[in-house]
Amino acid sequence: MTSLITDEPMRTDFTRRLKQNGGLIALGIIILFNIIVTPNFLQAQTLAVNISQVATIAIVAMGMTLVIATGGIDLSVGAVMALSGALAPLIFQSEFGTAYPALGLVAALLFPLAAAFLCGLFNGTIVAVLKVQPIIATLILFISGRGIAQVLTNGNLQTFSNPEFSYLGTGKILGFPFQGWLALVIACLLFWLVNRTIFGRYLLAVGGNERAAKLSGGPVRKVKIGAYVLCSVLSGLAGLIVVAINSASDAARNGNLMELDAIAAAVVGGALLQGGKAPIFGAILGAVIIQLVKYTLLANGVEDEVALIAKAAIILAAVYIQQARKE
Amino acid sequence: MAPLLAMSGIKKHFAGVPALRGASLEISPGEVHALIGQNGAGKSTLIKILTGLYRRDDGDIEFAGEPSHLTSPREAQNAGIATIYQELNLVPLRSVSENVVMGQEPRTLGVLINWPEAHRRTREILSRFGIDIDVTAPLGSYSTAIQQLVAIARAVSMDAKLVIMDEPTSSLDSSEVEILFGVVRELKASGVSVLYVSHFLDELFQICDRVTIMRDGLTVGCTNIADTTKLDLIAGMLGRNAEEIAAEGQTELAGGNSAFDEVVLDVDNVATGPRLTDFSMTLHRGEIVGLGGLLGSGRTEAARSIFGLDHLSSGSMHLEGKSFNPSEPADAIRARIGFLTEDRKEEGIIPDMSVRENLTLALLPALRKNGQIDLEKEKALVAEFIKKLGIKTAHMDQPIRELSGGNQQKVLLARWLATKPDILILDEPTRGVDVGAKREIQAIIRRFVDDGHAVILISSEFEELVEGANRIVVMHEGRAVSELTNPGITENALVKALAHHEEAAT
Amino acid sequence: MLDQNAFDLRKYISRNPQSVAVWIALVVLIIFGLLRYDNFGGAYNITSFLNYNAMFIAISVGMCFVILTGGIDLSVGSVAAFTSVVAAYLSPYGIEVAMPLAILSGIGFGLFNAVCIVFLRIPPFITTLATMLGAKGGSLVISGAETIAVDWGSNFTQLGMEKAFNIVPWTIVIVGILVVGLWIVLEMTSLGRTILAVGGGEDASTMMGLKVNRAKIFVYALSGGCAGIAGVFLASGFGAGQPLEGVGWELSAIAAVVVGGTLLTGGLGSLPATVAGALLLGLVFNILNFENGKGWISFSAYWQMVIRGAFLFAVILFQTRVMNRQSKVEFAK
Repeated sequence: MTSLITDEPMRTDFTRRLKQNGGLIALGIIILFNIIVTPNFLQAQTLAVNISQVATIAIVAMGMTLVIATGGIDLSVGAVMALSGALAPLIFQSEFGTAYPALGLVAALLFPLAAAFLCGLFNGTIVAVLKVQPIIATLILFISGRGIAQVLTNGNLQTFSNPEFSYLGTGKILGFPFQGWLALVIACLLFWLVNRTIFGRYLLAVGGNERAAKLSGGPVRKVKIGAYVLCSVLSGLAGLIVVAINSASDAARNGNLMELDAIAAAVVGGALLQGGKAPIFGAILGAVIIQLVKYTLLANGVEDEVALIAKAAIILAAVYIQQARKE
Repeated sequence: MAPLLAMSGIKKHFAGVPALRGASLEISPGEVHALIGQNGAGKSTLIKILTGLYRRDDGDIEFAGEPSHLTSPREAQNAGIATIYQELNLVPLRSVSENVVMGQEPRTLGVLINWPEAHRRTREILSRFGIDIDVTAPLGSYSTAIQQLVAIARAVSMDAKLVIMDEPTSSLDSSEVEILFGVVRELKASGVSVLYVSHFLDELFQICDRVTIMRDGLTVGCTNIADTTKLDLIAGMLGRNAEEIAAEGQTELAGGNSAFDEVVLDVDNVATGPRLTDFSMTLHRGEIVGLGGLLGSGRTEAARSIFGLDHLSSGSMHLEGKSFNPSEPADAIRARIGFLTEDRKEEGIIPDMSVRENLTLALLPALRKNGQIDLEKEKALVAEFIKKLGIKTAHMDQPIRELSGGNQQKVLLARWLATKPDILILDEPTRGVDVGAKREIQAIIRRFVDDGHAVILISSEFEELVEGANRIVVMHEGRAVSELTNPGITENALVKALAHHEEAAT
Repeated sequence: MLDQNAFDLRKYISRNPQSVAVWIALVVLIIFGLLRYDNFGGAYNITSFLNYNAMFIAISVGMCFVILTGGIDLSVGSVAAFTSVVAAYLSPYGIEVAMPLAILSGIGFGLFNAVCIVFLRIPPFITTLATMLGAKGGSLVISGAETIAVDWGSNFTQLGMEKAFNIVPWTIVIVGILVVGLWIVLEMTSLGRTILAVGGGEDASTMMGLKVNRAKIFVYALSGGCAGIAGVFLASGFGAGQPLEGVGWELSAIAAVVVGGTLLTGGLGSLPATVAGALLLGLVFNILNFENGKGWISFSAYWQMVIRGAFLFAVILFQTRVMNRQSKVEFAK
């Protein structure tokens, strides 16, 4: 059926340019603002703090970008973080984990990621095979994923001391946080995946025009499931990092509201909600902006709560600018 | 008598492409007026401007003696223009009654809907169409034909001065068509005008008073139906005079008449659902087989079954002698079949992707090298096709949406040619492209066939089928009903076969 | 259904399999509870159960309207939290001031959603996600992240504590009136039928000349208003404005609507069945509590989330099967 909205006049060049470079412009403004206003902004310490904070958002946002590229959405990322974060200490603090520390550590990394993989498989199957809207499909794990994590830990805060595991969140390479480097490596891998592989090409094709992709022989189901699986596994990884940073796992708080941060970062980074675009480095840019806004408000004594409102405004503005371009 | 509706000098562009270039239309009160033209002539655009769905760029509309500036279907409805669109525009999930009365439902106390009255009124309106159904059931639980009649009933019940019917009979059988004609005559008798858009020319002679012909966004003629013939109308739509049509070729498809003995594809009594119930055909190497038929005759469904989009419920297919039953397009593509779909925007292009990415989409599995796409090979291939097919693009990384329709179509054709197919299924390959590109595309198809490949061609453009196809399989209501063989097919013969499949000469 | 001349039970069942299923499930669960637990049918359990679930029925009903248009409202939980704070602040002026103004503040959020969705064409899910954040931030700001005690001297707390004619809690009376009123709107008015038509096909509704925008604005404003009512109940029931409450409420509401058989894509659904869905979800937890009390099993509160998700999953599976059947009917010749 033809759309009713083919009749809109062409938008001006201005909004298009604003849309394309909006993220960078916003970043520039925030940094400039901070240099002038925020005390001690231009210090290595500030940079390190922000990198360690932004890495988890960025990792999840990159996964979210892949899902959004198929025209979907994943609300369960925060719950998956909680789940994988809860599993890790359970494993390396178990009898087996304490008896064989090395094996326990490996298992504590692999099992949570495998659990996250299954979560992604679950989401992807409901979306791609049962054809349920992604919002609703991922709502299931959004509710019960965290519930499972809390059931597993009985709602208790699990604290631990395991330097090897904590390296994920506290290690440093060349003076910069380990997870920052990790995010960068993941970004490069995903960039390659999206731009150079057949999977990536199909991913964008499915989001750009699902019927055309299918008619051209594209494995639509596999590609969609793949996107949800990648997103979940990356969320699982982020969950591990958060637990490593805190040397404690709190299933109630780990990844709470992360879906919002991730969606916001992806959209600010240029992902189209309709699908068809997967700007991986854009997601990092978006994550940096979200993090810097949070930091700026905090560093200048603005309450945390107001930061929520600011985040809401950013999301709405970014999507509105997108829509304006699209029509 | 002053006309009820006078549209003149109507212009409309979509993203810079002219759809209407100064069209006009005049309808008298109590007249049944036909509007005809090929696909893409601008009929639908003209109607959508009349009903306020589109805004015109230029031109004047006068309705019932007043200048008209409608901006929404609601305003049109209030002004007395009721429309039945080509695609059904009803809500299948809701009850029949709701679909008929919504917008002017009977009320008690001025607020609450009087359902008993609504049902009664709906039944009464439907009884004029000889329909007696449970009006409280969801509309979607009834057949397409009944849904179509309900849509018409809704429009008729609006107390309109003008009722627009866009292909109202495309899903009706002959007795239902008779019922519809009865209603049209009744409307006419009560002074209501009807704008009747149809591909079925025979119908026009039965119920219309005058006919307006459109071509390429222009109104090219308006005559009394009594003063014209079917051939004249076809000639008017095609922009040729009638003798000329018979005399010379109009396409680049003609040629190649070698003997065909090697069967590539053999389809036996295939059915996939209600829209394709019994379809058979054979396809030889070096041959173009046309699928002739009207809208809804099952042509596209036949193509979909061969391409693995609809699963066979009965019948069988053989590809080069081996049993063939693809379960998804990827299977068909591996078996060297390509399918150029009818709807370029919905099923063809991926608008935000580049020409290069669109062109190699079906070829990706073959471009794999070390786990990634062999970009060198891809670029070389794309450059080759851009040159070979004369695709006009700034560079191969230009988004395909920025190309003209004809060039988009060439890219899609190249998408399939690049897979080196044995069989190409082409559904309306030249729809909505300009004349120059049309001839180029036809020449590409001809070359492809001359190289020993085979083509299944679906086209609403009679001359493409008549001149291009070695044989035409005529379809009707989901069945292959007859076959015409070239040389010897004329447009008249085809028109006849389509209109009266039972009389068609085999 | 109100829109039928003569009520035909068999026809109703065949057209609304899920609505019927949810009513049956509700009855079965109640009978199970009555037989198994001593105090299940007691006045205390019934009153406290209804009182607590009144909030969820209110937001589920609003959510039902939104989903019927094919939209979604993720902001109801934080809007309810916001309005509970507003109601608590206004409680000294009495219920007759606090309640309308708190509800109005909820409608305000709803209208904001509507403007973004209808006029700025931002997808409902993104818009209401942002409003969810905004309302949460807003309620934390105006409350200073503290619970705000209501004025016990005013008549505000009577709402949650006292009963009409000493029988039915006031919250139930209000929710009852709300449900019946909205049911009439949905079944008997042009606005209600337009809402259903929009969900069944927005383009088709536009072509039919229906007031599509008005219907969409109404449902989001209504959902905000219903969240407002829930907020007032929250404040009066707990004696304080609760800026941190409301987390996950949108999911409970969506689950109730879906369990009640409303199609997530809109166009088909039932308001009473939504209420039944909300009651059913509430009852599951009520029974779990009793079961815990018996000491046979021990379900921690965390199981609630898991069960809720499993419930949603089961219903979605059920709906996709029903949908597949219906779409087959649609194309039958």
